[in-house]
Amino acid sequence: MGAREGVAIVGIGIHPFGRHPGLTGRYQGAYAIRAALADAGIGWPDVQCAFGGSAAAGNPDTLVGDLGLTGLPFVNVYNGCATGGSVLTMAERAVRSGDHDLVLAVGFDKHPRGAFNASSAMSGLGDWYGETGLMLTTQFFAMKIQRYLHDYGLSRDILAKVAAKAFRNGALNPSAWRRRPLTEAEIAASPVLSHPLTQYMFCNPAEGGVALVLCRADQASRYTDRPVYLRAVSFRTRRFGSFEVFSPWLSPERVPGPTAEAAAEAFEKAGIGPDEVDLAQLQDTESGAEIMHMAETGFCRDGDQEALIRDGMTEIGGSLPVNTDGGCLANGEPVGASGLRQVYESVLQLRGQAGSRQVPGEPRVAFTHVYGAPGLSACTVLSR
Amino acid sequence: MATAPIAEGLFSWPEAPHLIGGSCAGCGTTTFPSQPACPRCTRTSMREVALATRGTLWSWTIQGFEPKAPYTGDGPFAPYGVGYVELAALADGAAAVLVESRLTVAEPGQLHIGDEVELVIVPFRCDADGNELVTFAFRPA
Repeated sequence: MGAREGVAIVGIGIHPFGRHPGLTGRYQGAYAIRAALADAGIGWPDVQCAFGGSAAAGNPDTLVGDLGLTGLPFVNVYNGCATGGSVLTMAERAVRSGDHDLVLAVGFDKHPRGAFNASSAMSGLGDWYGETGLMLTTQFFAMKIQRYLHDYGLSRDILAKVAAKAFRNGALNPSAWRRRPLTEAEIAASPVLSHPLTQYMFCNPAEGGVALVLCRADQASRYTDRPVYLRAVSFRTRRFGSFEVFSPWLSPERVPGPTAEAAAEAFEKAGIGPDEVDLAQLQDTESGAEIMHMAETGFCRDGDQEALIRDGMTEIGGSLPVNTDGGCLANGEPVGASGLRQVYESVLQLRGQAGSRQVPGEPRVAFTHVYGAPGLSACTVLSR
Repeated sequence: MATAPIAEGLFSWPEAPHLIGGSCAGCGTTTFPSQPACPRCTRTSMREVALATRGTLWSWTIQGFEPKAPYTGDGPFAPYGVGYVELAALADGAAAVLVESRLTVAEPGQLHIGDEVELVIVPFRCDADGNELVTFAFRPA
């Protein structure tokens, strides 16, 4: 399908990520929406339908009380850390189906400090699992990368290298939370939270909001002279045999996870291959996740990451810049917003508006990937 | 003061301790704990099985900070090991399974993928009535 028969993103807005005492998550969501509407040159009454996601900061549909009671359908969506991806999936379908011409997607959140304290019951697991200290996302990511480094003979050094790149990119991003570059030595020497991962290799629960205005691609020129086309969105859950977070047991059978399936489907739907992508935003809950997701999304083979990272492939000036805005590591993780932040960054880059972190060479194609508990993923392919 | 398991149905104890899994009568898939339906073939004919008590370490980490609620560990926090242990298939047709468990070892130098480990029932915390609650873990074999 050609880009102009599909869906375009014509407005983007962000509330800076970080910690904002005194500001509610809902405020940050409304702020992002107003920014996105202004970017598209429209008003709230022009929006025909909306989808919103927030894990801990209130029901998104209640924002109509702040923005205006226009009677539009406004649906709340939640899928763990992949919530932003599922919000966008629903918004894209609402336009592509022909039901609506102009649709808004919003994600925002506000989490307390410290690791997420997940609920066993909410995930269909026994209370003993959380009580005995096994229900931590940090443990899953640590055990996944521990096994991965072992299986492919990769050096632990690349974990600090990936985190250092995130903070370097974050330093160039006015919307990022952590804007101080850290050396690989500082990152490696920070407290070990879950071996082999240290404090600065993990993202932190945080705050922020992002909103996107989507429209029929053939109407995009009404709102912008630089539309970005949403060529594909794919959302998948886990199959039997994939290694996923919050698993009291696993099968020894191993199959590709939801990331690999969502990525492959997105590329197929878009008719665009990984080799045509100019920049990618990959879920980096911790630095090992970025490394593994590079292969799962199809950008390299398992085990090739170390050489590619050492060669600078994933740097802003490299052949495939990854997490150009600093990713989750530098922005933190407001669960409802992260997936949309990746798309916001991709749109900025494809428009050529990313300032000092602009990917050189006028990039044409971008890719985004979120991953959430208990094993689901959403991927997008975007192009100018 | 009595001693009790952290939850019923997880492990048999104190005689001949073993984890209680579920095995699908249709495809042999083993789950832990037991559950009503098979996530592989979708049948609802699961039976309880006694899982192997020795296995090999498939992956591991060390929990370096005290978890927030719903964690209920008491006393001063000490880092603990966490791993997936591969337990072999059973003679009655139940397939092999990787079980997530606490490890008695919390030293990175003493943990290696492929290590032989064995089940042990260990004290976890005291409840409001002073009873000692025990849970399962694996230790070097």
